[in-house]
Amino acid sequence: MYGWMGKIIRVNLTSGTISTEPLNLQDAKLYVGARGLGTKIYMNEVDPKVDPLSPDNKMIFITGPLTGTLAACAGRYEVVAKAPLTGTIGACNSGGHFGPELKFAGYDGIIFEGKSAKPVYLYINDDVIELRDASHLWGKEVPATTEAVIKETNEEFKVACIGPAGEKLVLFAVIMNDKNRAAGRSGLGAVMGSKNLKAVAVRGTKSIQVAQPKEFLASCLKSKQMMKDNPVTGAGLPAYGTQILVNILNQSGAHPTRNWQHSYYDKADDISGETLTKKYLVRNRGCFDCSIGCGRVTKIERSQFSNFGEGPEYEAGWSFGSDCDNNNLQAVCEANFLCNEIGMDPITMGATIACAMELYEQGYITEKDIGMKLPFGDANAVVKLTKMTGYREGFGDQLALGSYRMAEQYGHAELSMSVKKQEMPAYDGRTMQGIGLEYATSNRGGCHVRGYMTSPEILGIPVKMDPMVTEGKAAMLKTFQDLTAVVDSVGMCLFTTFALGLPEIAEMFRTCTGLNYTDEEVLRIGERIWNIEKIFNLKNGFSKKDDTLPPRLLNEPVAEGPAKGMVNKLDVMLPEYYQLRGWDQEGVPTEAKKKELGIV
Amino acid sequence: MGKILTISPDKCTNCRSCELACSFNKIGEFNPRESAVNVLFYEEAAISVPIMCMQCEDPACAKVCPVGAFSRDKNGAVVSNPKKCIVCKLCVSACPMGNISVSAVTRKIVKCNLCGGDPYCAKVCPSGAIKYEEATTSNISKKKIIAEKFKDLFAEVQK
Repeated sequence: MYGWMGKIIRVNLTSGTISTEPLNLQDAKLYVGARGLGTKIYMNEVDPKVDPLSPDNKMIFITGPLTGTLAACAGRYEVVAKAPLTGTIGACNSGGHFGPELKFAGYDGIIFEGKSAKPVYLYINDDVIELRDASHLWGKEVPATTEAVIKETNEEFKVACIGPAGEKLVLFAVIMNDKNRAAGRSGLGAVMGSKNLKAVAVRGTKSIQVAQPKEFLASCLKSKQMMKDNPVTGAGLPAYGTQILVNILNQSGAHPTRNWQHSYYDKADDISGETLTKKYLVRNRGCFDCSIGCGRVTKIERSQFSNFGEGPEYEAGWSFGSDCDNNNLQAVCEANFLCNEIGMDPITMGATIACAMELYEQGYITEKDIGMKLPFGDANAVVKLTKMTGYREGFGDQLALGSYRMAEQYGHAELSMSVKKQEMPAYDGRTMQGIGLEYATSNRGGCHVRGYMTSPEILGIPVKMDPMVTEGKAAMLKTFQDLTAVVDSVGMCLFTTFALGLPEIAEMFRTCTGLNYTDEEVLRIGERIWNIEKIFNLKNGFSKKDDTLPPRLLNEPVAEGPAKGMVNKLDVMLPEYYQLRGWDQEGVPTEAKKKELGIV
Repeated sequence: MGKILTISPDKCTNCRSCELACSFNKIGEFNPRESAVNVLFYEEAAISVPIMCMQCEDPACAKVCPVGAFSRDKNGAVVSNPKKCIVCKLCVSACPMGNISVSAVTRKIVKCNLCGGDPYCAKVCPSGAIKYEEATTSNISKKKIIAEKFKDLFAEVQK
């Protein structure tokens, strides 16, 4: 078998039994791997109405056929489960070195079922697979857990784990691997916590084979050269990380500020990539096989915990910074480090604090409710509340529910800047019409990495589109969504799409797996994946009314900047989008579309 | 003096593309444990160091080899002749830097041969942490860094 390893591990945590089974190649040919195949396997086995935190929910760690090869930035794996924050399908991918190591151990993925009676971790050393006691690790933060597991195995092991936030079922807890890489959104860390599964440690010595070695190598080298020559992947991201976007988005009037009351932050440069580089950057860090190295090793002075950490990247810098009107970069870094250490999604964390700040500003919550004053711009409160949330202490217990549920409790859910209960990231959907449509239609709620419309609307990739118009956005978004599903499913990093297009990605996929698909057929895989995700959500009760945006984006015009006066015209774009997708007026895939895509 | 592999750990991002490219060029498969180059990662210092054979002028591997399998090729690489090699593994122990291992896939020794004059590790390194360059050039560039420090120092003193 080429690309795939051909084997899946199944772990029943309730009974403690472990087995291996062959990869279902028929499904793999249609859904590839990682996000696509993980979702397909999940849907084959789990009722969409399952309670995400019950033992009946399953959780799948799965790689793609290109993961662990020399294909551009091919170091990724996906975690798939129904998501506690959104109730949608949850599929989160992460880089680092864990995913490739799982393949070197001889496996494409792991299916976790049930719930362990006591804390355990899964040990995989090539053919030796065991559930080991993790009672002594329970309560430990991510760095300490990772170090302890490595100490009792050996330094060749790669570790994915949860921190206290996952154990305590914070609804946006993450799964961290290699300490600083996260399968980050929609709360899959809480699913892992609900199963009493603390960590997965893996080491492998096996090889990945490809179908056409010579041609595969040529296509990898060509792609790597294109990545090097591209100004975004070859210069901008290596130099400043994703935080390079702060000034770019701010100048475009698309940088949400003070819980999206504004779209421009006058102190943005204080927290920009340029400032981060100057003040705190130690070194760039790449994931496995990465030619970009957007990761930032940074160092700040701290009273407790390690001074070293990674990040922040753009969305975390924004959520703890601009969204909270906080220009204290040291505090932004510290809150981000805490998220990595305790195991939480910094986008939802920062945005939830920003929402609480607005509730406080409006007088909907009081100093007594919170236990402290909470004005916008309070850097100390941002750090303090982040820690309190991870440990569910005091008001942190409310914040642990995410902004929607928290604001709803105080009667003002409309102030939660979320879609399907997940917080939107750092691009204003009023200034950028396309990204607004992307948030509304994303299969995992408010999210920017399901069809990154910032590329055409701001960066001009592959073509420059005026962010403020609606024309052509539905069609471009559909293509981006489908292509992203392919990239996520083969095991590559989405950032490659700044430099690479469908032809390069399809060529690496073909020469790796030996499947002779045309470029169009490869893109069709992405469309198929998008449709089954949608079908999962529909079966779970989501409908057209959920494909929407917070009232602020639909009714409150942008206050300043180039897009002053704009709102998102979702009512114009959504019907066109459904039509282009071959869905009916209610956003339901038609029988004809399902048949065309081979969805049964 | 020909070209040599040089390393700059300050530039290494720990992506390990070199390990993949090396194993693929040696055995046609992707497997970091079959690679002649390895990246060692020091988290506390935030430093990663790629380590590979430096093609010693006085190679211990060649000295210990009981069948005289090693020779130096036209690129300056110390290479083992697979027809002579009996895989006794003495060279694995003899190398003072741990740069020879045994392949679990081919059961032959794994040693850097500079890929016949176009080393893949340097070719795929995205950050310039591994370079294949004239030995003299690399020395000059390092001397320049020191020279510039002197220049700055004396320029300061003269003011």
